[in-house]
Amino acid sequence: MLDTTRRYETPEGIALGLRIAGPVVRSCAWAIDMLIRAGLYLAIAIPFSFLGGLGFGLSLVVFFLIEWFYPVFFELRQGATPGKKAMGLEVIQDNGTPVSWSASLLRNLLRAADFLPFLYAAGLASMLLNRNFQRLGDLAAGTLVVYRDKATQRHELPEVTPIHPPQPLTREEQRTLLAFAERTPLLTAERQVELAEILSALSGRQGTAAVTELHAYASWLAQGR
Amino acid sequence: MRQLDFERRHRDAWEQLRLLLDDLERSRRKRRHSRAELARLPSLYRELCNHYAIARSRHYSPALEQQLHELVLRGHRQLYSGRSAELWRLVQFIAYGFPRALRRQIRYFWLAAVLLVLPGLLVGGFCYLQPELIYSVMDEDQVAGMEAMYDPGNRKPGRSLERSAETDMMMFGHYISNNIGIGFRTFAGGMLFGLGSVLLLLFNGVAIGAVAGHLTRVGYQDTFWSFVSGHGAFELTAIAICGASGLILGHALIAPGQLTRLDALKRRAREALPLVMGAAFMLLIAAVIEAFWSSGTAAVEIKYGVAGLLWLLVVYYLGFAGREAHGTG
Repeated sequence: MLDTTRRYETPEGIALGLRIAGPVVRSCAWAIDMLIRAGLYLAIAIPFSFLGGLGFGLSLVVFFLIEWFYPVFFELRQGATPGKKAMGLEVIQDNGTPVSWSASLLRNLLRAADFLPFLYAAGLASMLLNRNFQRLGDLAAGTLVVYRDKATQRHELPEVTPIHPPQPLTREEQRTLLAFAERTPLLTAERQVELAEILSALSGRQGTAAVTELHAYASWLAQGR
Repeated sequence: MRQLDFERRHRDAWEQLRLLLDDLERSRRKRRHSRAELARLPSLYRELCNHYAIARSRHYSPALEQQLHELVLRGHRQLYSGRSAELWRLVQFIAYGFPRALRRQIRYFWLAAVLLVLPGLLVGGFCYLQPELIYSVMDEDQVAGMEAMYDPGNRKPGRSLERSAETDMMMFGHYISNNIGIGFRTFAGGMLFGLGSVLLLLFNGVAIGAVAGHLTRVGYQDTFWSFVSGHGAFELTAIAICGASGLILGHALIAPGQLTRLDALKRRAREALPLVMGAAFMLLIAAVIEAFWSSGTAAVEIKYGVAGLLWLLVVYYLGFAGREAHGTG
């Protein structure tokens, strides 16, 4: 297990795995958001500039709202700013639930402290000193930035006649066989053979026959005869 | 039980939960589920948790485990997420949530107020007595600009330009972004063990005091005091409240008591947040008053009268809104 996965135990006694995002990917997300915000500023400033003092005043108000509440708006709407979403990240509470509005407000108001003394130096220092990569705002709000799990496509076990493995297997070995069978569609034929031949001593087969043999063992483990 | 039998037996329940979660993850208007289906969420979810634990302990295949884990994660989010913000709660917050929150933290407010007002009075007094002292607070151009703003010859005080409705709007935008921004930064400064908040309070007190003392000395008191006294009720109080919220963070970090620093910070930050949001609301009102009333050309006496009423309103609102007959609210 990678050391950036954090376990949170739910009231049901289930350990949820949360994959924490590090400073580099978060900086990229921030840069994307910065570009989007710069675009927004331009898109607002140009038409408003034709309205004279009124437009100038309005655009200042809108700039203020974007500066402080752009992340809050998107975090409450979809769990992540567009930049974070593009990098596959999202903001959650440290108990695995979606970020609440008070936590989102806190972490984004305290952004001003993270920015000090220049360009998020305090935030970066805080992230590097903290095992959950939390900046100061995250610490106070109790939030985490994690990778958004993509719904994984599950591959079915290959359809082959089950064969009883020639010798008893430990739990770990059984899981390894099952994992191999399920991952087969993701591997090239050469790689399948290469991996299957590691167990030639067990299966007594070579080449593609070794692959089929291991699939048969896996099938037996999953469904019996 | 073998994995495939296990899957076959429970597949329907998982699928039912998945469809319900798909539906719940859509925006409110696009949801299709019935009340009865929604009522099944907790039991379906707990059943799933059970299956996930079984799959792990029996070492079923990693892909199955992964599939169930994803569902558990999604179910957990739906079942344990907090209530979303509603407009009605905002109204309640302004009507009594904010004043109550402030009264619970009133000691921090008084400390912040002293940090803001005391240096203001001291520096203001010295600037009133010593003509050249103002130049050690700000440079010559700033002093000249400030004097031009409040020159009694200026028809609209608070700004050196001739003001029209358009510049009122422009200044409104400026007050919003500048003043509320300062308020938020004063709060965030609390993360530096309270030091940032203290410095910003002192700095603001010194700057405001110096300007007030100097302008009173040069005889512009009527334009200056009638301009600032109205919105000052909301603005100065709100800055002190932002300072108080920063001091709360600082206190949690310096003296966390029996908690770890992190836990103390998390707990106290949640208490400080209503103060900042309430102060932002007050600064918004201050900006409206400052842009559209303070700069107006009403007679000085009327302005002082309105200012007095506004101060009373602020004191009454913060001191008494949300108190119950026999409560401590």
